[in-house]
Amino acid sequence: MIKKIQTPLTKEITLSLNAGDSILLSGTIYTGRDQAHKRLVKLIQEGKKLPFELENQVIYYVGPSPTKPGNVIGSAGPTTSYRMDDLTEPLLDLGLKGMIGKGQRNQVVINSIKKNNAIYFAAIGGAGALIANSIKECEIIAFDELGPEAIRKLVVKDMPLTVVIDCKGNNLYDIERKKYQRI
Amino acid sequence: MRIINTDDIVNVVKEMCIESNFNLNSDIKNALAEGEREEESPIGKEILKNILINADISEKNRVPMCQDTGMVVVFVEIGEEVFIDGNIKNAINEGVRLGYKDGFLRKSVVSDPIIRENTNDNTPAVIHYDFVKGSELKITIAPKGFGSENMGKLKMLKPSDGIEGVRKFILETVSEAGPNPCPPIVVGVGIGGTMDKVTEIAKKALIRPINKYNEIKYIEEFEKQMLLDINRLGIGPQGLGGTVTAIGVNVEIYPTHIAGLPVAVNINCHASRHMEVIL
Repeated sequence: MIKKIQTPLTKEITLSLNAGDSILLSGTIYTGRDQAHKRLVKLIQEGKKLPFELENQVIYYVGPSPTKPGNVIGSAGPTTSYRMDDLTEPLLDLGLKGMIGKGQRNQVVINSIKKNNAIYFAAIGGAGALIANSIKECEIIAFDELGPEAIRKLVVKDMPLTVVIDCKGNNLYDIERKKYQRI
Repeated sequence: MRIINTDDIVNVVKEMCIESNFNLNSDIKNALAEGEREEESPIGKEILKNILINADISEKNRVPMCQDTGMVVVFVEIGEEVFIDGNIKNAINEGVRLGYKDGFLRKSVVSDPIIRENTNDNTPAVIHYDFVKGSELKITIAPKGFGSENMGKLKMLKPSDGIEGVRKFILETVSEAGPNPCPPIVVGVGIGGTMDKVTEIAKKALIRPINKYNEIKYIEEFEKQMLLDINRLGIGPQGLGGTVTAIGVNVEIYPTHIAGLPVAVNINCHASRHMEVIL
């Protein structure tokens, strides 16, 4: 069964999601990858205002390709998440509820996901042309000079995602791999 | 002597940068379609279906199949009877610059690995030169995404580790990479040479079509066996479990020193892109 989810991602929603759920996400989300995370964490450490409120929000780890004239955005698939692992906990502690990426997270992030009732979603890596179809609006809201790494506010409609790590810390990568491992 | 104009080099490199990011080669596409039929995991099957839909959208709408349009790796084979009327390195980089601008491809290259300022035109490319017989110039370009590049590994094995040591190291590397390099992957393996040479031939292995095996019989057998072994790791499409973790294993070898057995594993994602032109 496919669940339809609307942002903001409240605790009521995250608690209802389980590793393995297929979902279609709609609403506002924000992009952020390596350099943007570094800057967000620096702002937090300095006690400065962030470019957007993190409470109940979702960050998509993506650096889209340039937008062709007439399109909303370029190709926009997920980047590998572990590079953000050391910069994730401070964001979750400020209320970030969802992360979209691909690949494993470390134990610090998994513990913080559990503690803060957050969710880690996977989008299909390398399917950037397909995923771009579910992005309806795109606007750069911070760190313009970072180019593909700038923070963008996106409005998505029925973005296809899989719940990989849920609030209880269940990890779909580990669960599914075991079923097919024969060596 | 046959004279080749650098303007022609600029143009073909530009075209190849664009086309290789929009069009998946048929060997890869066929392997993904076969993978979709054979994958035992329902999640994996659905992912492979979507990866094939993505390739169609990319081709039809002329947009990159993946937003990571890579750092450009180039292999050049220069025939000994060829005279190039200018600087081939500059011509290749000019082609990359134009291709990434006109093709709306992502500029992913930073000028300094620590300071990290984007060069804004995706140059420089990484270029390997070789000299061959004849009067032709062959240029192969391979835009390399870093989700998979980051999962590569090099190990200097002992000669006594032998082929079993190589097998273990390949399985270890792919297993540890798990979902990160966007499986189903293509695995490029280099065996032999020196520390630098082995990584170069591992990369070169990735530009060989996956339906063509190494001409050395025992290496061909090794490639086939490694593909079976890797697909028993359970990683599956996108690492969400399954029986299609890799769609190809290509191995290249090179003479080495009596004291060494260098091995390099260079992984490519399912958007395995490369293209060649002969001038």
